[in-house]
Amino acid sequence: MGIDSWPVIRQLTGTDPLGRGRAARTSRTDALRARTESADRVVDSVCPYCAVGCGQKVYVSGEKVVQIEGDPNSPISRGRLCPKGSASKQLVTSPTRQTRVLYRRPYATEWEPLDLDEAMDMIADRVLAARREGWQDTFEDKPVRRTMGFASLGGATLDNEENYLIKKLWTALGAIQIENQARI
Amino acid sequence: MSNSLYGPLPDVAEDAGYTDAPERRGFFTDTSVCIGCKACEVACKEWNAVPDDGFALTGMSYDNTGALGASTWRHVAFVEQTRPRQVGDGSDTRWLMASDVCKHCTHAACLDVCPTGALIRTEFATVVVQSDVCNGCAYCVSACPYGVIDRREDDGRAWKCTLCYDRIGDGLEPACAKACPTDSIQYGPLDELRERARTRLDALHEEGVTEARLYGEDDGDGVGGAGAFFLLLDEPEVYGLPPDPVVTTRDLPAMWKWAGGAALALAGGVALSFLGRR
Amino acid sequence: MAECHPVGFQWVMEAKARGARIFHIDPRFTRTSAMAHRHLPIRAGSDIVLLGALINHVLSGGHDFREYVLRYTNASVILSEDFQDTEDLDGLFSGYDAESSSYDPETWAYAGGEQEAPAAGARDEQQKGDDPDKGTGRPPGPIRQEHGPGATYEATSSQTGHADERDETLRHPRCVYQVLKRHFARYTPELVEQVCGIAPEDFAELADAVVANSGRDRTTAWVYSVGWTQHTVGAQYIRTASILQLLLGNIGRPGGGILALRGHASIQGSTDIPTLFNLLPGYLPMPYAHHHEDLDTYLERAAGDTGFWGRKRSFMVSLLKAWWGDAATEENDFCFDYLPRLTGDHGTYTTVLDQIDGKVKGYFLLGENPAVGSASGRLQRLGLAALDWLVVRDLQLIESATFWKNSPEIETGELTPEGIGTEVFFLPAASHVEKDGTFTNTQRLLQWHHKAIEPPDDARSDLWFIYHLGLRIRERLAGSADPVDRPVLDLTWDYPEEGPYHDPSAEAVLREINGYDADGTVLSGFTALKDDGSTSCGCWIYSGCYTDGVNQTARRKPGSEQSWVAPEWGWAWPSNRRILYNRASADPQGRPWSERKAYVWWDGEQWTGHDVPDFEKTKPPSYEPPPDATAEAALAGTDPFIMQTDGKAWLFVPRGLVDGPLPAHYEPHESPVPNLLYKQQGNPVRQTFQRPGNRYGPVGSDVYPYVFTTYRLTEHHTAGGMSRFLPYLSELQPEMFCEVSPELAAERGLVHGDWATVISARTAIEARVLVTDRVRPLRIQGRVIHQIGLPYHWGSAGAVRGDSVNDLLPIVLDANTHIQESKAATCDIRPGRRPQGPALRALVRRYRRMAGIPED
Repeated sequence: MGIDSWPVIRQLTGTDPLGRGRAARTSRTDALRARTESADRVVDSVCPYCAVGCGQKVYVSGEKVVQIEGDPNSPISRGRLCPKGSASKQLVTSPTRQTRVLYRRPYATEWEPLDLDEAMDMIADRVLAARREGWQDTFEDKPVRRTMGFASLGGATLDNEENYLIKKLWTALGAIQIENQARI
Repeated sequence: MSNSLYGPLPDVAEDAGYTDAPERRGFFTDTSVCIGCKACEVACKEWNAVPDDGFALTGMSYDNTGALGASTWRHVAFVEQTRPRQVGDGSDTRWLMASDVCKHCTHAACLDVCPTGALIRTEFATVVVQSDVCNGCAYCVSACPYGVIDRREDDGRAWKCTLCYDRIGDGLEPACAKACPTDSIQYGPLDELRERARTRLDALHEEGVTEARLYGEDDGDGVGGAGAFFLLLDEPEVYGLPPDPVVTTRDLPAMWKWAGGAALALAGGVALSFLGRR
Repeated sequence: MAECHPVGFQWVMEAKARGARIFHIDPRFTRTSAMAHRHLPIRAGSDIVLLGALINHVLSGGHDFREYVLRYTNASVILSEDFQDTEDLDGLFSGYDAESSSYDPETWAYAGGEQEAPAAGARDEQQKGDDPDKGTGRPPGPIRQEHGPGATYEATSSQTGHADERDETLRHPRCVYQVLKRHFARYTPELVEQVCGIAPEDFAELADAVVANSGRDRTTAWVYSVGWTQHTVGAQYIRTASILQLLLGNIGRPGGGILALRGHASIQGSTDIPTLFNLLPGYLPMPYAHHHEDLDTYLERAAGDTGFWGRKRSFMVSLLKAWWGDAATEENDFCFDYLPRLTGDHGTYTTVLDQIDGKVKGYFLLGENPAVGSASGRLQRLGLAALDWLVVRDLQLIESATFWKNSPEIETGELTPEGIGTEVFFLPAASHVEKDGTFTNTQRLLQWHHKAIEPPDDARSDLWFIYHLGLRIRERLAGSADPVDRPVLDLTWDYPEEGPYHDPSAEAVLREINGYDADGTVLSGFTALKDDGSTSCGCWIYSGCYTDGVNQTARRKPGSEQSWVAPEWGWAWPSNRRILYNRASADPQGRPWSERKAYVWWDGEQWTGHDVPDFEKTKPPSYEPPPDATAEAALAGTDPFIMQTDGKAWLFVPRGLVDGPLPAHYEPHESPVPNLLYKQQGNPVRQTFQRPGNRYGPVGSDVYPYVFTTYRLTEHHTAGGMSRFLPYLSELQPEMFCEVSPELAAERGLVHGDWATVISARTAIEARVLVTDRVRPLRIQGRVIHQIGLPYHWGSAGAVRGDSVNDLLPIVLDANTHIQESKAATCDIRPGRRPQGPALRALVRRYRRMAGIPED
């Protein structure tokens, strides 16, 4: 670092004799840039909270989300977001977010860890058992071909594609108690 | 009295040594369209990684933020009023909401008292804290006529709104202004904002909203005009704003006459403390 | 709207800046009220009186948009002589059966209609002589969801409107117009004052503004949310608004409408492609159990033959082909028998009660938190505790996942972890930026969100979960000879996999939803669907979202580079139409009603305009259908309501609603006052569940003298799973509070900032007290009624915690929708914190005893 980068030198020799502006800048200040400008990529998204459907831009650096803000191109939201939409990054990067499978045995007082693959197998077994247990060929003499053994309640932040496969699989299994926040 | 420390100052950035400065930038916060959603508070925190400020119900209407501070750079005030109806019987409720922020004063006492050069004027004529320089002396805290800047408990340093210096340098809007759903917070060249504000004020007066007024847009006020100014629907005190703020360093030039070479010593101090942190 | 949809509210602010007048009708003064020209505080649960009085004002003052009403609605249709109104029967319509608490809608029919009987029973389940519903003791009826445009697209069956008797002078005493007039004649400003608590001069200001702002040159919009739907008369709230808007000519026109503001990113999509018990994709009904039903008889019951529902066979066959592919053939009725059958109400509340009764073994919660978000939280949690197993998929450890260790029932000692046998799997979910897919927003707009990063650790999308679970289940069933396994094994379940976690391609799923022709080419829209099995389509109303093989939902042409309708941003169902029934924006001859309100019009050769016409492009206004025409060909060139069998909007609904052809004011199930209008106090067909844990407060009880209403705050999101765990939102509204008027605070000794306990017939909760002029006592029937405002976001987990308001609510449902009454119930309030532990239940019991309520 050359001597002319010293603030006091800049102050005494430059245009900022009181040292309240240009002369007092640090190299860190000089280097400040918006992290959105240097993001590895910017991905188009939609706010996950209410149904206004505000456009979001998701900025990713080093495979981490570094910023989520409004998409000015959206004719719905024109780049604006409410407090919840503005908190979207915290939603995604929350330190309290549970990212591992947890398992609670019947009558247990604590969680225990469980491998995702094993959990999926266990759930598949339980679905088939409950399906059998609750199976009805007829109800009051009428054919129903259904199971009352398990039920499902989805939130309304599910994607259409997700709802579609949920309805498709559950219905094929004969489940009918398939519900959603939309009725609440 | 008009000089670098008090009164109107036509080119604030130039006064701070920027010979090729862009137009002065600022905020115009039009509280008449503020819906109190607090998007500004959250967007500010997300962008600037400002920590949360505690989880306490204040009981002050829907304001659980309380005031600007080291970890609150935007603060939405909520004021509930009950007034007699203009026509007919009964009373009407009025709920005022206003997003407060650092005023980025033309004459910024925080900056003038900062012994380390941590607080500087930028080329946009805004005032920012350089956190790599701040030593936490807190002179700025007591100097601010609005009670904006504050020290954070954990790291001891002073923090406040930067007008998203990193963003505006890249041609972006500050985070709060960008998020604001109703454009209550507007960012831009200060002259344009002032023009827009006067037009809006005239329109409101025409609509019969006679109590509408601008706050902080006047070069002749005690801070030489604010870089962040407001359209209010009541007296400033109602929103918790000082009615007649004066830069606390107004009398500094007079003091200098007495103090002789103090200015140079101060500048030297800036440099020393700067070097000390390297 | 400013509270819960702030960014949408920018357009209201724009309108205001351009001179629009804004009224806000709400029990509380909210952030929306602050921006409105006038706030009208209303007693929760009384809106039909207010809207009915507006209808009366329009009709008695001759303010209706006569040409619109005459040509586009069923105002002139003459009703059967057998129809009796609530005015005749003191709050009941003809056809009521007290024993089953249900209506036979036969007498609601049009006079001389082709369809003799059964006049109503719009859907499969209401067919006479084959009553499927022994489960709950009442016919469930056609079912509509929370709210939103989907409802208007729902199938209503074979009532054909043609050749009915009409009186175009609207003078016939039995014509719909005159029936309406009599029905609402007692809905006066004086009644509004008595029932709603709104002063006559305030009503007059509203009525004058609405009338003055409707007509050829101007339109008025009504905007609502669950404040209208979460009532035992919820569907009829919307109906009342529909009647008003139709009389004023405000439907199908720019700036008009009844706009449902939905609270979740894809709650509209969740009804379009429903995870709802009674619907198949595209509002086709789930089949009910009948003897000897095949596809043809199902279709006969499912929807009418005229209007666009006349294409129902192509919709249904294409859906069956999408699901069962090559296995679905003409010979086997396209696997129609693979669909399980309904026998009553299998909605979420019935299911929870069945859980408590041990009838349901397993439960999936996919991004939903009923322990906090559903009415009667205690019963919700008791239901979870009675399961064999539970799978919770979410971002955070929500209360529905942790109920076995930290629920209020653990605190009261009713439950202990050691006593709860539920096996719980918590599977972490992917966030919206970690998966591809579409949300459908509140204006039916599908928008694609692209995956930005992979989800962390074990987190996966629900698409991944359901797909891989399906693979595992099919693997286990492979080779099974049991016929019950055929629907699973024959299911089309072969999606291309992507990425390190083998995610199924969301685009491939969306293409399946859009549909293919026989060659595997992506279809251009639902009119290309065939009923012979040569096309497949997962949801007919979404067909066209992948037109030309392009993901139309991912279109993002900047708003600034296109018209104000912005047709190239995302894709709206159906056929990218942005305003439904927009043929009504033109007069019968096809000309805009006014230049100012021009939207679509007939240019001499075709329909054109700012939007995609919601009409056949080349059908001239002069078109008259031949007598035996079906589907849309049966509708005239002047019939804008193309999903209706007669192309007309129904002011009077002869079939399709289980609680009456017209809206009538009924008091909320729990109400402090008697019904001033009729002897009938509450909706006669509302669903009640008298059982332990679900006791109701008596009408006019001085033990529970206050009304409470629940709502959301800007700073939080519904049951809090996406907000209470985030510090930046939690700090903004950190504690559960109640809002009370200074008068109520004085009456009960409540101190601002201190605690209060709110007690209902179900439980008691505590909240910090906000005393505010924003809540006002109302004078109702000569006495003062206090209302208490309760935001419902908090629970026992999260960065900020508090009691859950939904615990206070009973399970009592709208019989049309099976949605709970959340917006009006009764309670007491007293200063101080609630008792802890078993003392809490003792307090609730003591109150119940005082009120004479049966013991649990």
